Parts: sequence; C-alpha cells; structure tokens
Amino acid sequence: MITFESVTKRYADGTVAVDGLSLEAPTGEITVFVGPSGCGKTTSLRMINRMIDPTEGRILLDGTDVTTIDPPTLRRGIGYVIQQAGLFPHRKIVDNVATVPFLLGWDKRKAKDRAMELLERVGLDPKLAQRYPFQLSGGQQQRVGVARALAADPPVLLMDEPFSAVDPIVRTSLQDELIRLQSELQKTIVFVTHDIDEAIKLGDRVAVLRVGGKLAQLADPRTLLSEPADDFVRDFLGRDRGIRRLQFVATDGLELSDPADTSLDVQDGRPVGWRRDSGELEPAGTFVPGRDSLRSALDAALLSPSGAAVAVDADGKVLGVVSRQALDKALSEVADG
Amino acid sequence: MDDGQPLFRWSWVVSNWDNDSPNSIVNLLQAHIVMSAVPVIVGLLVSLPLGLLCVRWRWLYQPVSGLMNAVYALPSLALFMILLAVTGAEPVTVIIPLTFYAMAVLIPAVVDGLASVPEHVRQSAVAMGFTPLRRLVQVELPIAVPVVLAGMRVVAVSSISLVSVGALIGQGGLGNFFTDAYQRDFYTPAIAGIVLIVLLALVADGALVLLQRLLTPWMRARRSA
Ligand SMILES: Nc1ncnc2c1ncn2[C@@H]1O[C@H](COP(=O)(O)OP(=O)(O)OP(=O)(O)O)[C@@H](O)[C@H]1O
Ligand SMILES: [Mg+2]
Repeated sequence: MITFESVTKRYADGTVAVDGLSLEAPTGEITVFVGPSGCGKTTSLRMINRMIDPTEGRILLDGTDVTTIDPPTLRRGIGYVIQQAGLFPHRKIVDNVATVPFLLGWDKRKAKDRAMELLERVGLDPKLAQRYPFQLSGGQQQRVGVARALAADPPVLLMDEPFSAVDPIVRTSLQDELIRLQSELQKTIVFVTHDIDEAIKLGDRVAVLRVGGKLAQLADPRTLLSEPADDFVRDFLGRDRGIRRLQFVATDGLELSDPADTSLDVQDGRPVGWRRDSGELEPAGTFVPGRDSLRSALDAALLSPSGAAVAVDADGKVLGVVSRQALDKALSEVADG
Repeated sequence: MDDGQPLFRWSWVVSNWDNDSPNSIVNLLQAHIVMSAVPVIVGLLVSLPLGLLCVRWRWLYQPVSGLMNAVYALPSLALFMILLAVTGAEPVTVIIPLTFYAMAVLIPAVVDGLASVPEHVRQSAVAMGFTPLRRLVQVELPIAVPVVLAGMRVVAVSSISLVSVGALIGQGGLGNFFTDAYQRDFYTPAIAGIVLIVLLALVADGALVLLQRLLTPWMRARRSA
C-alpha cells in the first residue's frame, strides 16, 4: 500500500504543484490520478519513487517512509512506465526489458529468459527481441515499456500517461492488455492520465486532482459518476456522465423474452438478424448478460429497428431478447439510484 | 627544374623508402602518424572529463569553450614558434598545439553528445534505479558516441593535415618533404608527401567510420528501418 500523508510539493520558483495530498493506493489495486494539465499528477507520481522529494508530509510504502530508502534501491523495486516509453535506443529489445534484472545483478541467462517470457506476456512476437527500439511501432514500444517495468516483478507499478501517445485503437488494446495483466499479477498500480474515460475504465479508485495540486475527489469510478463531489468534478466528468454510469450496471437481472415471439431470425441457435416486414434482414446488436454492462445492452438495442437487444451466451448462442420495456425498466432503476 | 626532368621519379621513392636517414619515407610516415594520433587520443582523454564537468556545471561551458575557441583561432605556426622556445624542436612542440585544437572540437562534441540523450531516456534510466555513474557509462555515453565520433573524424583529418606545418620547425612528419622539395627545386618528395598524407587521412577516417559501425549498430538499424 502507498500512503500519502499531507504531502505538499513547492518547487524552487514557488509553484505549489501538490498541496496537502492525503490518500491511499491500496495493495493490488489500480489507483488513477486524473485531472487537467498542470494539476500535479506527474509530481505526485514521482514523489513515490523519489525522483522528486516532497517539501512537506510523507509518503509511505507499506508503512516505510520512502525517504529512508536509498533511491536506486527503492526504484529497482518500483516499475515505471512513461508516455514515450523511454526505451534505450542503443540496446536491443530483450536487453531493454532485462534492464532492472541486470541492475539487480541477476545471472545474464536468467535475466534474458525472463525478458523473453515478459515479451510474450505483453503480447509481443519474440522475434522482436533482437530488434532495436527504432524498429518498433509506437504501440509495440509501449508494450516493451510495460514489459520492462514488470521484468523484476516489482510489487508496485507507476505509469505516467503510458498510452496517451498512441492512436485510439492501439490505446484501447493496450488498456485491455493492462486489465488482463493486472487480473493475473495484482500489482499495486498508480496510473496517471488526463483522460477521464481511461481513468474510469482502468481505475479501481480514481483520484481527481484540480490545478494547484488539491484532491477534489477520491472514489471508485461508479461513485464518481453517480455522486461527483462538486462542480469541478462534474465538469471534468463531462456531458456523458449519465451514459458512462451504465458501464457499471450489471445485466444479469434483465428480463429475457422468447425470441420466437419476435421478428428475430435464428439459425443453429445464432442470431442472423431482424426480419423486416419487407423480408429484408437488419443486423442484430448483441450483448452477453453478466459479462457486458447495461451500456452495451443499450447500445445493442439502439442498433436494432425494434429497439430490442439480443442476449447471447459467450459462444454467441441466443439466450433471449431484451425488449424496449425491459430496458426502460432497468434504466429507470438506475436513474432512481 | 630541368625541362627534361620528370615530375615524379620512382627511383627517389625506392632509394628513400627505408634508408638509414631519419628523413626516410618510413621514418617520416611513422613520425607523422605519432604526431597526429597522439593529439587525437590525448585530446579525447582530456575532453571527456572536461565535457562531463561542463555538463555537470553548466556555467563552466561558456568560459571553457570560449578559451578553446581563442586557442583555435591562433595560427598553428605562431603556436609552434612560441612553444619552440620552451620545448625545443621536438615532436611535442607540434603535439601540444594540435591537442588543444582537438580539444576545441571534442569538448563541444562531448557536451552535444550528452545533450543528444533524449530527456525521457535519461528519466527512465533514473526511474529504473541506475546510479549516476552507471547511468553515465551504460546509457548516456553510449548514446553520445555518434556525436563524439563525428567530432573525432574532423579532428583526425585536420591533425593529419596540420602536422605538416611543423616542417617549418623541422618537425612536420611527411611535411618535411615539402620544405625539402622547395629548397631543392625537386618535386618528387612533395608529391610523395601529399599522396601519403591524403592516404593517411582516408585510412584514419575509414577506421573511425568502421569503429562507429561497430560501436553503434543501433544507428545503422535506425538508418535501414
Ligand atoms: N521542475 C519544476 N519547477 C517548477 N515548476 C514545476 C516543475 N515541474 C513541474 N512544475 C509545475 O508544477 C505543476 C504541476 O506539474 P506536473 O508536471 O506535476 O503536472 P501534471 O499534472 O503532470 O501535468 P500534465 O498533465 O501536463 O503532465 C505545473 O504548474 C508545473 O508547471
Ligand atoms: Mg504529467
């Protein structure tokens, strides 16, 4: 667990980057720092691994004040990923990934084996291992950055806008990859972003900071969306706050009706499409109850002329149809809180 | 020059190749190599720490580079003459000024080379737990190599060329052939000297290019990518 105890950082020129920050980043969870540019996210993150020391207050790592630990030793136990990946241009990918194991004095063979294992773990072709960073795409470099941060299996991972320099499609796949990795590894992650969608997608807890380095709200994403603490947070969450909330509403309870009573065409148990009166087929939107959120179900319904969503199992077999009325009912329950 | 005399006489080359004279081709070639290589090597060894100090204490860079540029502006012949009074007509009288010239190029090369390390690379090295010394040796200096080697190439070729000016105090390596040719109105030694100096410069430059390829495979990778 990482604990901020009334941490303030005042730079030499008088800028207060972080002001009396107190919060906890629980072990095994992703805590996201989000906020507008200049609100002190990077400063807060760098105080954890002592790239910056606080002016006032303390930061504890599992109860130990980090300023009592020698910086190189502290840092070797904390993975760090940044926006431009920060790979060493003069080292091959495998050696980049093995950096911290080398620093820790691991046997060379063991360090390289570990690096190869991690490349695979983050979804990279082992053939890339012998390349230099310049020969990789931005998304691949970012994956290498994550692999490198994980190489020595540190319990803590600090990530500073790691995915903001890649295009939206690659960003989404990197985010999904991080969620998958985290479910296997359960690291204590502090993740910095200025993108509220990313914060809500990745965070177990989200800390919203305002310029001047003050904590505006610390909450799980669902609470953040339903109960923003003040106007600043509400504005920051943006216009789609209501729709985004649906992301956190389960779909297990939705009422399913028999597809036979509808115009849904089914073949071998799979949905083919909605049959129009004219005989034409319209594509049917689907979702998986239990796995997908109410937002997905609503999205599926909006794609259908009838306004109904098709519930399928993980294999794509039809379970039933969620009518407009059933959706309305679920939505009004959300609105009532 | 007699009208019947050829511009270049091979027989002179053959008889002067490796005779007992201190002015044989082989001896002067050796002297030339030593007098041009020592300034480059010593210049690099001195410029590295000085460049590092200039990076560490930024305020040092202006005075140091100003001083080096002033030295660079002094004509080499004038420097040779001044030093002649102190160190005599010895190779070292040529080597010292050339070493300063080398430093005038190599100190900025070291500073620029280290400045060419991207900030995010430096930061991530810090964040991964490199100690400052290890970061310098394993990350920053290797990345600075291409810029420093580019400086080395300039310095090597200009040293090889400048050594010949030392002929005016009798320490010019192959340049001694130029004064010799002028005094005797006999051009073969001068031509031989020029050809050998140019060859020497080409070989030195080629060797440094080769060294760069060996030291920075990642640059080649970038070029072909
Ligand atoms: N070395 C420094 N000296 C003086 N002021 C600084 C320094 N580093 C950051 N600041 C200031 O501190 C404040 C917080 O900076 P910080 O980099 O932590 O913000 P951030 O939230 O990470 O912003 P961004 O989203 O743009 O990365 C800013 O006003 C910044 O200008
Ligand atoms: Mg930042």
